[in-house]
Amino acid sequence: MKTIDIIQETYFALTVNKVRSGLTILGIVIGIGSVIAMVSIGQGAQGTIEASIQSIGSNLLIVTPGAQRGAGVQVSAGRGSAQTLTKEDADAISNQPIGITATAPEVSRRYQVTARGTNTNTQVIGTIASYPTVRNIAVEEGSFITDQNVRSLSKVAVLGPTARDDLFGQDGSAIGQSIRINKVDFKVVGVTKAKGGTGFGSQDDVIFVPLSTAQRFLAGDTYVTTISIQAQSADQMTQVQQQVTDLLLDRHHIDNPQLADFQVLNQADIVATASSVTGTFTILLGAIAGISLVVGGIGIMNMMLTTVTERTREIGLRKAIGAKRRDISLQFLAEAVMLTLLGGVFGVLLGWLLALGVSSFAGLATTVSTTAMLLAFAVSAAIGIIFGYYPARRAAGLNPIEALRYE
Amino acid sequence: MIECKDIVKIYTNGGVETAVLKGVSFSIKKGEFVAIMGPSGSGKSTLMHILGALDTPTSGEYKLDNHDVSSLSDNELADIRRNKIGFVFQSFNLLSRATVLRNVTLPLVYAEVGADKRRPLVEKALRSAGLDEDRWSHKSNQLSGGQMQRVAIARALVNNPSIILADEPTGNLDTATGEIVLGTFQQLNRDHQHTIILITHEPYVAQHADRIIHIQDGKILSDKKNDQKRIVHSHPEL
Ligand SMILES: Nc1ncnc2c1ncn2[C@@H]1O[C@H](COP(=O)(O)OP(=O)(O)O)[C@@H](O)[C@H]1O
Ligand SMILES: [Mg+2]
Repeated sequence: MKTIDIIQETYFALTVNKVRSGLTILGIVIGIGSVIAMVSIGQGAQGTIEASIQSIGSNLLIVTPGAQRGAGVQVSAGRGSAQTLTKEDADAISNQPIGITATAPEVSRRYQVTARGTNTNTQVIGTIASYPTVRNIAVEEGSFITDQNVRSLSKVAVLGPTARDDLFGQDGSAIGQSIRINKVDFKVVGVTKAKGGTGFGSQDDVIFVPLSTAQRFLAGDTYVTTISIQAQSADQMTQVQQQVTDLLLDRHHIDNPQLADFQVLNQADIVATASSVTGTFTILLGAIAGISLVVGGIGIMNMMLTTVTERTREIGLRKAIGAKRRDISLQFLAEAVMLTLLGGVFGVLLGWLLALGVSSFAGLATTVSTTAMLLAFAVSAAIGIIFGYYPARRAAGLNPIEALRYE
Repeated sequence: MIECKDIVKIYTNGGVETAVLKGVSFSIKKGEFVAIMGPSGSGKSTLMHILGALDTPTSGEYKLDNHDVSSLSDNELADIRRNKIGFVFQSFNLLSRATVLRNVTLPLVYAEVGADKRRPLVEKALRSAGLDEDRWSHKSNQLSGGQMQRVAIARALVNNPSIILADEPTGNLDTATGEIVLGTFQQLNRDHQHTIILITHEPYVAQHADRIIHIQDGKILSDKKNDQKRIVHSHPEL
């Protein structure tokens, strides 16, 4: 039997009972559609998280105080609470011979901030002039903290766009105005560009002040909470990470790296960890949706078994006029695969629309990838073959004499 | 071209053996019109299944065009059916929602005849079977019984088979229509030299053939020339 004839026979068989074929296809449409939608939501979330990690800088290493997890033993009071890093550590790192573009220490804490009757609770970061380079921040208006500001303990502040909006309104001019942080007055000298990100992860709801000023007037000590380091290239990250670790171990007089009072995080590691979490999340969503796909497949099998019974005489006749087992099983298999492929086409469409709907109504980012679509087609064809195989075999195995006698 | 020697068919159901054909021997030459006649349950259909390569005998030898068909595999039997046999059944067995043309084309599909060569063969078969051209695009369930049987005959003819096997072809038709269908077989035999085996339990129907093989209880009772052949002269419309 030629391929074109199989396609024709299949088309004919499926159009004979359009409602039944349509309902069976619907099962697959819903299955494929929900898998596509769920995977799109998962991949969208992955993309968002990765982008927000990337946006904090490129080729970034972050040094924070606190203990690393040793083999089985947790040796510290908890990350962040320890005060072990100083500006001198940061200076020592930036004096390293190779691989580092810039280093920016910071001391950060949340404070209540007031300005002309308005007030907000926001993150205040004391840092130095190299911070914008390391952390991918651009200045919208005015200028950022300068080295001169840091040296002279200037009481100047640079506002993030959200902090500016909260304190001075959407279009109020902030430059030259005065704000009060922890009972100390600062003069606003600049506003940074928006970076995006909402809620807890916002990098726009922030106020920058000189590191020295923050240490003296706000924190009251000489420690820093984070040191950000930008490596020259992605290839050098691991090497720089090792170098920085060795240097700090040496400066802190620690022999056993397991007992380090700081940790050096590599941006690539953070991305990888986040990706693996969202990847698992995507698989989970896809698997849940996959259940409906299996149910759709069982629907196909059910319909095909009914068809084989109904068409027993027809099968007998086909055999009598010369159809071989292979011709019969191919025909029924083709019907099942055609049903699932049609289901696949409309399912991808439905999934895509669902993803679009989720993006525009729920505000979640979604990504409908070509891979997911191709996979959906492959899966739907496979379902047709798997669930159509048994009915097709049953049809092909019918004895023509009995089949012709069947009423 | 058909040679049967000592054909025996025994069905075994749950250990119980039923001998349906108990040693049947005969031969049929090309161009003959033979009726196989016998009461219900005498084994006529069983014999037709063997002659039509739908089944194989338990023992004995069956040769079709000098090929031994008695012990072939499923696929080899299917090849014999698609090339050498045309079936006409009592209940027509047409694809009811398909058009006349599609029904008659079906054997060519399985014989893998090229798409461009099909239409002329189908038209020739339909003309030989005497179905009016204005019926060709009808769905087969829109036809009368006699017309349906003509479609079935055309389907049996389309591959130009060595033999046409008709099992009670008039069983579902009224007498007048049955007469016309029998006339069609006579015409195919007379004008196109088709070999036809007509299976029936009615002596009246068997009278339309040139030779009658009388079968009873799985054995041949008599096998002789039909001296009182009833001839249907016209090829009237249905
Ligand atoms: N598959 C089978 N198993 C057992 N007995 C069968 C089978 N097929 C037919 N028979 C028996 O064989 C006998 C002849 O059947 P059949 O050839 O159909 O007769 P006819 O066509 O002459 O009426 C019947 O008694 C029938 O019950
Ligand atoms: Mg019978």
